[in-house]
Amino acid sequence: MARKVTTQRKVIMTAIAWALGILIFFPILWTFLTSFKSEADAIASPPQFLFFHWTTENYSEVQSRSNYLSHFMNSVVISFGSTLIGLIIAIPAAWAMAFAPTKRTKDVLMWMLSTKMMPPVGALIPIYLMFRNSGLLDTRTGLVIVLTLINLPIIVWMLYTYFKEIPGEILEAARMDGASLVKEIVYVLTPMAVPGIASTLLLNIILAWNEAFWTLNLTASKAAPLTAFIASYSSPEGLFYAKLSAASTMAIAPILILGWFSQKQLVRGLTFGAVK
Amino acid sequence: MSDIPHLWVADCPNCIGGRFFQSCFLSRFRFRSDRWFAMATFHTRSAARFMIAPSVVLLFAWMIVPLAMTIYFSLLNYNLLNPGMESFVGLLNYQYFLTDPAFFAALINTLVLVAGVLVITVVGGILFALLLDQPIYGQGIVRILVIAPFFVMPTVAALVWKNMFMNPVNGLFAYMAKAVGLQPIDWLATVPLFSVILIVAWQWLPFATLIMLTALQSLDEEQKEAAEMDGAGAISKFIYIILPHMARAITVVILIQTIFLLSVFAEILVTTNGGPGTQSTNLTYLVYAQALLQFDIGGASAGGIVAVVLANIVAIFLVRLVGKNLEA
Repeated sequence: MARKVTTQRKVIMTAIAWALGILIFFPILWTFLTSFKSEADAIASPPQFLFFHWTTENYSEVQSRSNYLSHFMNSVVISFGSTLIGLIIAIPAAWAMAFAPTKRTKDVLMWMLSTKMMPPVGALIPIYLMFRNSGLLDTRTGLVIVLTLINLPIIVWMLYTYFKEIPGEILEAARMDGASLVKEIVYVLTPMAVPGIASTLLLNIILAWNEAFWTLNLTASKAAPLTAFIASYSSPEGLFYAKLSAASTMAIAPILILGWFSQKQLVRGLTFGAVK
Repeated sequence: MSDIPHLWVADCPNCIGGRFFQSCFLSRFRFRSDRWFAMATFHTRSAARFMIAPSVVLLFAWMIVPLAMTIYFSLLNYNLLNPGMESFVGLLNYQYFLTDPAFFAALINTLVLVAGVLVITVVGGILFALLLDQPIYGQGIVRILVIAPFFVMPTVAALVWKNMFMNPVNGLFAYMAKAVGLQPIDWLATVPLFSVILIVAWQWLPFATLIMLTALQSLDEEQKEAAEMDGAGAISKFIYIILPHMARAITVVILIQTIFLLSVFAEILVTTNGGPGTQSTNLTYLVYAQALLQFDIGGASAGGIVAVVLANIVAIFLVRLVGKNLEA
């Protein structure tokens, strides 16, 4: 039953909510606008909002100066690679735990969760030294390995909570009809599991794309993804606001759009199913 | 579940025990022998183990190998600048690390950072969630605007704030201060930790809001209506109905954010480099600086272990909480 709301109250609430929403969003909006300014306009006082000379030269400048595309591709390869490998490892495990649980399943899940709580500095030094000795430092392969491992618990957990919602009775029915294990997976389970797998994929690409501890510590230049590339703007070069903004806009735009589609999964994935 | 005739159901306590063909098996399915089911479970079970193994083995290796090595290194006098000179020194690294004034500063900074961000995001998150739960025009769009910062990568967030807002000459804050006749301050030099808290809180506010909102929307409308009919005002409704309902979401936000906030790194690296002095150095950054800037592997490893212990204290609470929920 909907409650009656006076129009006046609704208008006031709308105004407050929009004002706060825009305030929170403002840094992103400002970055976007600044990316189309000339460097002089970017630091103009008073600040210019919309009525400046719009230009796209910063975007081409960022690319030609620092080979932006190669860092972008590093991010793509690292985030997609680690997520896909993670899914390949995690899908069977989550499937087994959801449909053939044993007494120990819960303990295994809790243990997986606990590995996520180890602070990365606890592993940084040996991983750094091992990577240095085996030539994995500043390689995409090395980062894919690390990001796969750090996101594996989240992938298993998310898939588990989705698979758990698939009614077991359907599997029984299929078994009664004589479906083999393979047929059961291909024809019964997969169609029902695809939405959950897609959500998991989405959230983990976002997490891997934005990961900024290992990517900063294990790369220098060659394999540096966007997180590490943008960090190089912390040098005085960062005072080129328009170029920093252009590089930042390109780095966050794809993931921002993906992210807006995954609001619900975000809650579920990051709370390990504790809040749905 | 166990009192209804069924074949094999994941939630049935008897089935889970592996004795299903004795306890749950009922006449309807008798045309298949007990042995068939026994074989079936045997296959399922060994298959299940086989399927879980890769994840477990990999995670186990990921957890144990680096940790064991860190513990080992923490007992050595090991500096990358003097290769081949490693020697066993017992707990000396711990003694140095724990008595280093930088450690005490970093510990306090870590706690202040976590607490500061938590206060801002939890209070802000509740307020935003209450606001977004109201009937407003364009609710979906406002929601999208509020959630956006969570998807901004840490280095971008930190650099945008550092340069375009907090810069004492060209930043927007400086401009605003000048506009009202105040002296602009150099945020990252005068209040470094507060500035970092502000940046990190901006990134985590969306997460808190989203979870609070999810919890709020699961609150029964009728309960609120009943309270209103009994004459409850907005404040007492909030204290006696909404807040208790959100208690779990708040706990989840606090614990999960704490895990991530204990390891804040990129934001400090690109803004203040932990300075001035150690004013914005947290434990994670201190260990990083000791290892990769001073090459003191032994000392940094001891610091890493201290960080692990600290995080574990927090983790115990989280595992309990989520574990309880798993049963529900």
